[in-house]
Amino acid sequence: MVRAVAVVYAGAIYAFIFLPVLVLVLFSFQGTLFPIPPFNGPSLRWYEAVLNDPRLTSALGNSFVVAVTTSGLATLLGFLAAWGLARFELPGGVLLRGLITLPLTVSYLIIGMGLLVFFNALGVPKSLIAAGVGHVVINLPLCFAIVYSQMGEHQANIERAARDLGAAEWQVLALVTAPMLWPALFASFFLSMTFSWDEFVISFLLTRFDTTLPVEIWNLLRAGLNPKTNAVGSMVFGISIVLAIVFELTAFRRRPQ
Amino acid sequence: MSLSAVRAGWASITPALAWTLLFFVAPFLVMAVISLHPQEAGGFSAANYTQFFANPSYWRALTNSLEVTLLVTAVSIVLAYPFAWILATLVPERWQRLALMLAVLPFWTSYVVRSYSWLLVLAEKGIVNDTLIRLGLLAEPAQIANTRLATIIGFSHFFVMLLTLTIYANLKQLSPNYRKAAADLGAGPVRAFLHVVLPLTLPGIMVGAFLTFVLAIGDYITPQILGGNNELLMPQLIMMQIGRRGDFPLASALSIILMVVVSIAYVACARWLKIERA
Repeated sequence: MVRAVAVVYAGAIYAFIFLPVLVLVLFSFQGTLFPIPPFNGPSLRWYEAVLNDPRLTSALGNSFVVAVTTSGLATLLGFLAAWGLARFELPGGVLLRGLITLPLTVSYLIIGMGLLVFFNALGVPKSLIAAGVGHVVINLPLCFAIVYSQMGEHQANIERAARDLGAAEWQVLALVTAPMLWPALFASFFLSMTFSWDEFVISFLLTRFDTTLPVEIWNLLRAGLNPKTNAVGSMVFGISIVLAIVFELTAFRRRPQ
Repeated sequence: MSLSAVRAGWASITPALAWTLLFFVAPFLVMAVISLHPQEAGGFSAANYTQFFANPSYWRALTNSLEVTLLVTAVSIVLAYPFAWILATLVPERWQRLALMLAVLPFWTSYVVRSYSWLLVLAEKGIVNDTLIRLGLLAEPAQIANTRLATIIGFSHFFVMLLTLTIYANLKQLSPNYRKAAADLGAGPVRAFLHVVLPLTLPGIMVGAFLTFVLAIGDYITPQILGGNNELLMPQLIMMQIGRRGDFPLASALSIILMVVVSIAYVACARWLKIERA
């Protein structure tokens, strides 16, 4: 009896979770003009339309470049800060840690608004770089927290050994610490990529004509329901799933128990 | 510790610190100063803040936001808890990881696209109305899109998944001995659940509920796409100030008010949110 109720309930929740994605993907293959029942297809015309739309393809490229560069920067800064705060007893260390993780508790909307007002006051024009600055702000605390949580005493001993053998501080960092922490660094980079890739409001506020994919999708869907939006959404879904599988196979498999 | 070591320590944290101060703290301070220079009145005054409390349409946006967010949080907890419990106790151990991955899978779509997909589902000629009419349960299509209900459905979709994860993690940490001990002491399954399991999973619920509150109250996309402009939530009101009117001071003041509300929620939940170091 309990089992039967449980199966029905879990089935209902899975249906709720999957319903919008199934509808999205199904109607991306719609042959007619509107992504609503009845289904006419399958047809690839909307995928073709997406690939022939220079605004969407360039936004896709922009999103990719912004995600990779900002994640790289956030991971580097987060790693350096985590190392400095875990290895050296600096005065006010707790406070500094709090300051670096503070942006985690603030809505993206408010971070974006702050940067908009700030850049506006300084006369800095809207651009992909401005949005990228915001992406580093949101991802840096995350990278810092991930790397910091993985810094243990046993690694400090290996670093000490390297120093005793004559390595300079930067050599210790680049040749000893970073390779030991690679799963944490990879996880930071990957998570930052997914957040940057999906981020809307900061990019919306800080870019103008040349923009990222979520903003371009937003522009597209303001024109109404359109199977082209389904097609581009399904493509993003596909890309993300592939990335998730890559992450699953590399980051988790190699980590020793 | 040697002087060179101290120098190396400072050198390594300086870039992150500088970035945070320059692009997070400074913008916030600029926003705070600008919010005190109202666009219309000019000069230096708290007019934007007094206006917020005096003008019922602004005030309404905050109460709308609080109502929607609290409702979403409650609905998500109620829906997620039994699901997390089923996954943690009734699904065989080796299938649990797969079951969780399956539950997270649809969230790999872009989040703008996710709201749009709900619009497809809930639209006047969408799949829900279409099915209900075919089944003869409805004569006319129901207006779901562009209502508060649509916003709540769209939000709950994501937060049911999030809360399932936090509650599941909490349930897995509980030793089965608690339940056995409760049973030995004569508690039936219902009593054991209410008096033993539920209180012990409160931290998982609270962490998820806090995340839900913070993420939902600051989100612009979901209410804008699904709820439409019939009733405004705080993020919509903020975006409206910079979009149509270019009123940065008022938008700044509203952002700061929203941030204060989130901070109050944080303080209220702080005892549940201790971050442990590995």
